[in-house]
Amino acid sequence: MVRPLTKCWPRLADRSKSRGSKPLHCIGLEWFSVFFSVIFQFEILVLNLVNVPMLNVDVMNGSAEVQRSRWSWPWVITLTYLSVMLLLPAIALIQKSLSLGWAEVWRIATDPVAVSAYNVTFLTALAAAAVNGVMGTLIAWVLVRYSFPGRKVIDAVVDLPFALPTAVAGLALATLYSDRGWIGQWVAPLGIKIAFTRTGVFVAMLFISLPFIVRTLQPVLQELEPEIEAAARSLGATPWQIFHRIILPPLIPPILTGVALGFSRAVGEYGSVVLISSSIPFQDLIAPVLVFQRLEQYDYAGATVIGTVLLLGSLTALLVINRLQQWGRRYAIR
Amino acid sequence: MRSANSVTQPDQWQWLLIILALTYLGVVLLLPAGVVFHAAFQEGIGAFFASLHSHAFRQATHLTLIVTAIALPLNTLFGLCAAWVIARNQFRGRTLLLSIIDLPFSISPVVAGLMLVLLYGDRIGWFSPLLASLGIKIIFALPGIVLATVFVTLPFVAREVIPVLEDLGPEPEEAARTLGANSWQIFRRVILPHIRWGLLYGILLTNARALGEFGAVAVVSGNILGRTATLPIFVEQSYQNYQSVAAFSAAVVLAGLAILTLIGKGILEHYFLKKTPSS
Repeated sequence: MVRPLTKCWPRLADRSKSRGSKPLHCIGLEWFSVFFSVIFQFEILVLNLVNVPMLNVDVMNGSAEVQRSRWSWPWVITLTYLSVMLLLPAIALIQKSLSLGWAEVWRIATDPVAVSAYNVTFLTALAAAAVNGVMGTLIAWVLVRYSFPGRKVIDAVVDLPFALPTAVAGLALATLYSDRGWIGQWVAPLGIKIAFTRTGVFVAMLFISLPFIVRTLQPVLQELEPEIEAAARSLGATPWQIFHRIILPPLIPPILTGVALGFSRAVGEYGSVVLISSSIPFQDLIAPVLVFQRLEQYDYAGATVIGTVLLLGSLTALLVINRLQQWGRRYAIR
Repeated sequence: MRSANSVTQPDQWQWLLIILALTYLGVVLLLPAGVVFHAAFQEGIGAFFASLHSHAFRQATHLTLIVTAIALPLNTLFGLCAAWVIARNQFRGRTLLLSIIDLPFSISPVVAGLMLVLLYGDRIGWFSPLLASLGIKIIFALPGIVLATVFVTLPFVAREVIPVLEDLGPEPEEAARTLGANSWQIFRRVILPHIRWGLLYGILLTNARALGEFGAVAVVSGNILGRTATLPIFVEQSYQNYQSVAAFSAAVVLAGLAILTLIGKGILEHYFLKKTPSS
């Protein structure tokens, strides 16, 4: 169905080869055409794979219309845009780290500085997401169940971390928790330092991951029927039994989904953390900041490998999130 | 949707829960926002406005607006196309396509910037020979900042339009086509009126993220104050250079935009719920 287009791409690649006399043009155009033909091949593959009804036959206007709408515009734009903007960069990252060779990749990925950075990133993000798992559940519960003055405003405020640029959040948190800040000055006499320590990283991740739990949980809480709780109470259940046996079970999948979403956001967070941490290796250096530092030192191999580890981490998190959402849906049907 | 009467007036213990929840929200979210405003106006309103007149600030605002003005229409067009493709077609790999569109949400912005450097960077990038021969600079220049912004804001419009488009169903489009409407007329007269609130919502989220993106842009912009710094980078650089009034003044501008975004979001949600009572 799409053969005419596949055929014209190799020809373009040939033409660029024949200009071989100019070395720079030669390499550039060749790569260029090869990669764009790869993109097109990918699109054709996808289009064949998904059995797209590309023959958008228009009965009213006859055969001329059929020719025109072979490659329906939304399909072409969607796949080309995704390939150029998203897939090509991702392939560049993976290709670059594969080109280094396994031994080299393993050496860079298990470098002590890198390992401690993963450690700080993943454990702190997990701790922040877990704390928000509890507090976010409470906030969602209060917002859905109780009426109190300013409920709508508070509900809107939950989205603040989505709307506030991360650099501004980092600046605010660094000021708030510094030794002379509104909160920092109260804990400093107790010997607690928050800004420029790992606790500061934790506080920034707490800020950034809170809305994910609340927003994932709210629709599920709205579906819960208070009548069942009333029925349990009338049968003599204690408040703890009602919470433990009636309210909590259907909430577990969305809470875990929200925690996983918040965790995945916190792991990748850069803007707010970089301002509140001192970025000292083995103390409060997180993996995204390490990638940035390696890039600044023109250590592209180091940046690439650690970036790939982060990418694999977020893809794993994505898989877990998908599984959790499937679990939640199954729960809803039952 | 639950009925309104199941929202109860809280009793004593429940007030305790509310106070606990609000205290947490206040400390984690509201105090940081308050600190920004307090610090910006600490040295008087004059210092605030003086720092808004600096050359570096004006350049950063200018660049941020240009980048947003390019990235927003691109992602809106893509989002509309992708939403139509996903909402109107059943095909194998549909879930995969949705996951790919969602990818920027889970990729660290720094890694996104790194990908662009590996693709277009000087000497290191795949396309560097071609770009060198054409004399085009992408990394540490405007195109790189636009590409990074497009990358991180890619999913928003598609994500918001897909549900409303699915809600509309294909029948009105088919009816319009049998009545002789062309594709543009169908989009303009049938689809757009129905999806406009969802579309605006997506555009609003894209806009907020595009104005405020820091990580990905920091990697590809080179952080040159007065040349390739966007507003969030201006905030960070000023702060690192101990120009805290400048940093906080720019932060107030961005925070103000964030508050406007939240208000706009509230208004759109209000219309949303009115328009689609079925949800």
